[in-house]
Amino acid sequence: MSDEEKLFVQDKEVVVPGEVLAEGLSFLPGSGTYRLNDKIIANRLGLLTMEGKVMKTVPMAGRYLPKRNDVVIGKVIDILMSGWRLEINSPYSAVLPLKDASFSYIEKGDDLTRFFELDDYMVCKITNVTSQNLVDVSCKGPGLQKLKGGRIIEVNTHKVPRIIGKRGSMVSMIKNATGCKVTVGQNGIVWISGEPEMEVLVVNTLKYIEERSHIQGLTEMVKEYLEKATGKTVEVPDADSLPEDAPEEGREFQEDADRPPRRDFHGGGPRSGGFRSGPRGGGFRSGPRGGPRGRPPRRDSRRFGE
Amino acid sequence: MNPAEKEHMIEALNKGIRLDGRKKDEFRPITIEVGTLSTAEGSAIVTCGETKVVAGIKMDVAKPYPDSQEDGVMMFSSEMLPLSNPNFEMGPPKIESIEVARVIDRGIREGHAMDTKKLCITPGELVWNVMVDVLPLNFDGNLIDIGGMAALTALYSAKMPKLENDKVVPGTKTEEGIPLNAMPLPVTVIKIGDNLIVDPTEAEMQNLDARLTIAVLEDGNLCAMQKGGNASLTVKDLNEMLDLAIAKSQELRQKVKAALGMA
Repeated sequence: MSDEEKLFVQDKEVVVPGEVLAEGLSFLPGSGTYRLNDKIIANRLGLLTMEGKVMKTVPMAGRYLPKRNDVVIGKVIDILMSGWRLEINSPYSAVLPLKDASFSYIEKGDDLTRFFELDDYMVCKITNVTSQNLVDVSCKGPGLQKLKGGRIIEVNTHKVPRIIGKRGSMVSMIKNATGCKVTVGQNGIVWISGEPEMEVLVVNTLKYIEERSHIQGLTEMVKEYLEKATGKTVEVPDADSLPEDAPEEGREFQEDADRPPRRDFHGGGPRSGGFRSGPRGGGFRSGPRGGPRGRPPRRDSRRFGE
Repeated sequence: MNPAEKEHMIEALNKGIRLDGRKKDEFRPITIEVGTLSTAEGSAIVTCGETKVVAGIKMDVAKPYPDSQEDGVMMFSSEMLPLSNPNFEMGPPKIESIEVARVIDRGIREGHAMDTKKLCITPGELVWNVMVDVLPLNFDGNLIDIGGMAALTALYSAKMPKLENDKVVPGTKTEEGIPLNAMPLPVTVIKIGDNLIVDPTEAEMQNLDARLTIAVLEDGNLCAMQKGGNASLTVKDLNEMLDLAIAKSQELRQKVKAALGMA
């Protein structure tokens, strides 16, 4: 063992399982890497991302693994005694319990299909993931609702942060340029609604981003792509001007008229606005599952800062 | 199927555009590769958008059927491989795959594309047996049309194997092709709502109200038809479908000819 610090790979490099990434105790293992003595070793194939001294590998493909506080798009596959079972493009299905489904009062014995029918799509937020991968979701909260009309497409879930962009800048640009309503779920399900030609353009733009997700300065390229396709000038939204606490990727949010002003899902106070990258509050529900390793900040859309 | 999805599809179609941005009478880009399977007598891979179909020809000698003692035998088969679509499963052939094989077969048989008389070696004793296998490598709808193109291209590219003592010598090829004298191609037109479209994708096929496959010969004559779906067709629908199919089949035939170097 040496006290020297050695880095064997560069940021944004493809690493393979077993590859020694760095030597020295000052480096920290993130997701997809582990420490062996003084070495940091990759245990997943993916793109190495360094955030300061934290090294993690971002997989390039694979299924979606549910994570707490992710906003996902789910499809109803079963109606349960007191809730709905949703398919969330993942090996594990999610359950939407009755109490988290609607702000309005649901009477005992009520027909649950009045709220959500089989095959309905909805935007929901993962409230809890147990160690056995039982997933709970909630449909109560800003922007969480049933999706009406439009179309659903699937994208690579690991490219979702790129599609959303820094504080939703990429997806806002696409929405402004095409006039479509777009909702991107962290599980790689995307809902698009607008004029047919523009919907096609959104689909093509998303494919364009997926293919080039590793390139720096992608926002500019997408801007040119959109300008060429629409023949209009497209503005790149300034990431810093977008609200810090923008509802996931800054989607338009229609609040139902009969919905009370804002209430929280768990009965606790609303999430402290702003400081998202810091340690999250309300951690009593899930223990420090990541073990003693420091968990890197979780704001996915910032994973690739531009 | 989600009813909202169909509604959305029809909404776009009413504006003259499909969910993938195509016009109603537009095929996806088609590429044809000829002779990709070296062990087959003839083969072709046709790619149309995300749909990819391989057709292979194997030839053998056999005893003719008693009711047609001077005719060679032609056999079509197709199988929906699970690798081509998550909705396909292993097991005995399903109605869908039997239909594909039968409709492609009917187009070529009833269009008299193959001169079966010339495939006779000894009348009543020995005739050629042509086996055509059509397999999707990737399925995104319109298997009949794409499979039909692949089968026809493979037949035209096939070379007969050598024959010794009334037995086929495996792995040999002669210069002689299969005797063919027509190019029937199937074109499927589907109806969703009040819209008629060609080259449906998987999503469009799942939402169709009615479909009609029409096999068209080079001179514009029809040689086979197959209707599917629950909705009925009016005379007006039928006429429009025929016009579309005839026009499209010429387009497809040009592509087949170009791939075979016959253009």
